[in-house]
Amino acid sequence: MTILTRRRLIGSIGASAGGLLLSGCDRIVASPAVRHVLGAGESLTMGSQRLLSNRSALAREFSALDMSPVFRTNGNTNPDTDDYDSHIAEGFANWRLIVDGLVRRPLSLSLAQIRAMPHRTQITRHDCVEGWSAIGKWTGLPLKLALDAAGVLAAARYVVFHCADDFDGDPYYESIDLIDAYHPQSILAWGMNDQLLGVGHGAPLRLRVERQLGYKQAKYVMRVELVASLDKIGGGKGGYWEDSAGYQWYAGI
Amino acid sequence: MSDPVPARPTGGDLIYRQRRPVRLWHWINALSVIVMLMSGLMIFNAHPQLYWGQYGANHETPWLAIGSTGASGFLRIGAVTVPTTGVLGISHGVALAFPPLLTIPSGYDLAAARQWHFAFAWLLVIPGLLFWLWGLASRHFQHDLAPTPAELHPRHLWQDITDHARLRFHTGEAARRYNILQKLSYIGIIFGLLPAMVLTGLTMSPGMDAAWPWLLDVFGGRQSARSIHFICAALIVGFIVVHLLMVLLAGPFNELRSMITGWYRLPQEKAR
Ligand code: HEM
Repeated sequence: MTILTRRRLIGSIGASAGGLLLSGCDRIVASPAVRHVLGAGESLTMGSQRLLSNRSALAREFSALDMSPVFRTNGNTNPDTDDYDSHIAEGFANWRLIVDGLVRRPLSLSLAQIRAMPHRTQITRHDCVEGWSAIGKWTGLPLKLALDAAGVLAAARYVVFHCADDFDGDPYYESIDLIDAYHPQSILAWGMNDQLLGVGHGAPLRLRVERQLGYKQAKYVMRVELVASLDKIGGGKGGYWEDSAGYQWYAGI
Repeated sequence: MSDPVPARPTGGDLIYRQRRPVRLWHWINALSVIVMLMSGLMIFNAHPQLYWGQYGANHETPWLAIGSTGASGFLRIGAVTVPTTGVLGISHGVALAFPPLLTIPSGYDLAAARQWHFAFAWLLVIPGLLFWLWGLASRHFQHDLAPTPAELHPRHLWQDITDHARLRFHTGEAARRYNILQKLSYIGIIFGLLPAMVLTGLTMSPGMDAAWPWLLDVFGGRQSARSIHFICAALIVGFIVVHLLMVLLAGPFNELRSMITGWYRLPQEKAR
């Protein structure tokens, strides 16, 4: 038998009032209509950022002195598949980057070919959606060169990056629009901090799209696909985190 | 507050104190500030450490951290660690920096918190800019919020501080206008903390940093901006606590009526 003390009574009234408040609030928070209205804020944010910035406005580039001493890894740090393991063993000699979809000439490029093409090096800040930032040096193929080589068709509106890693069987992928794809700092990086890109950071190729958050910087890129719509890709929201946890497709903020 | 009133109102008279744009802005702003605070705490929960400078992550030493080791929560500022079990770091077995009662949503959900935060940011910024324009054009700021030189005199300031400390508020004719402490705190909110929140918020956006690179120079980097954003939020919480306490002490019915309908009953003069 429990003795109901005054303190316990007040405590339990408080706790249940709090609980009621919480469940009421959570019902509002989870309601699809509310999420829909809030989604309007998202389009407004993307629209006004695009309005305020030049298409090719650059993310800040830092000096070597500003670099993070240790650049932490995040997300998947190794795809851990038999296929990928053999690529590691072969030094990625047989890795191919496919560029296809709405293009005139689908491409299949080896890393040797990619590294022989012009490259861009930039020291930029990587911002995780969680709030931390790290500054690193990236070297890679400007995405524009790959797109131009493949000849993007007029119907294409998005570039989808298919990756070698997955979360519980759901493959990682990301997508950006053509404004970001043709941005001068958008590169398929094969080098980081003056070395070849390591496995933890997405070897052998990782996207850098410097005006957006970390989850857009797809690692282990195998295939670049040009599409007219994102509806039929993955869960239809344009990326693994967008599909699985409702993260914003436009990650400029 | 400058509308026609009886020739010389005295304690007990009902006067028209708050014009409609002030009331409208006030309540929209109060709603958005509270939603932004609560969703902001959830966003903070995703990485409850703050740094200074351009970068900062797990390998750097944060100047502020909230977390838990085992079943005990802590708040660490610099070298000082305060045990906060049950409030910060961990409460009711949930290991989150800020507890579920204070956050939107209550359970860990960074994506939803960001959606709330960035939607309500519009409700903060657009009405805020309109209120700035209206306040200047209508001379509300110049007339009702700007302190007079006499009010800024140290003796007057001290008098008002000691009066507040003894809970003696202005009465009768003197209560028609904001007192100097109200004026200073409202100016601090409207022209100081709220704009600082918005600008440091924009500095955390990689897209805005490309559009307005000067943001990074003004605040000394993205991680510094994040720290200043948090400190300003804490100062706003401090303002709200005192603000609500003053409303309660000054007579919540009359105060709320004035901010809802505009009409305010001047407190009766009391013999001191
Ligand atoms: C939700 C609870 C709130 C209540 C009940 C409340 C109540 C009031 C009242 C009664 C006044 C008029 C004071 C007077 O006539 O002497 C006032 C003014 C003011 N409040 Fe609040 N307030 C709340 C939240 C906030 C918040 C969250 C902020 C901003 C962070 C805020 C900022 C202000 C400002 C700046 C003024 C002066 C407005 C002007 O004349 O331009 N209030 N509030």
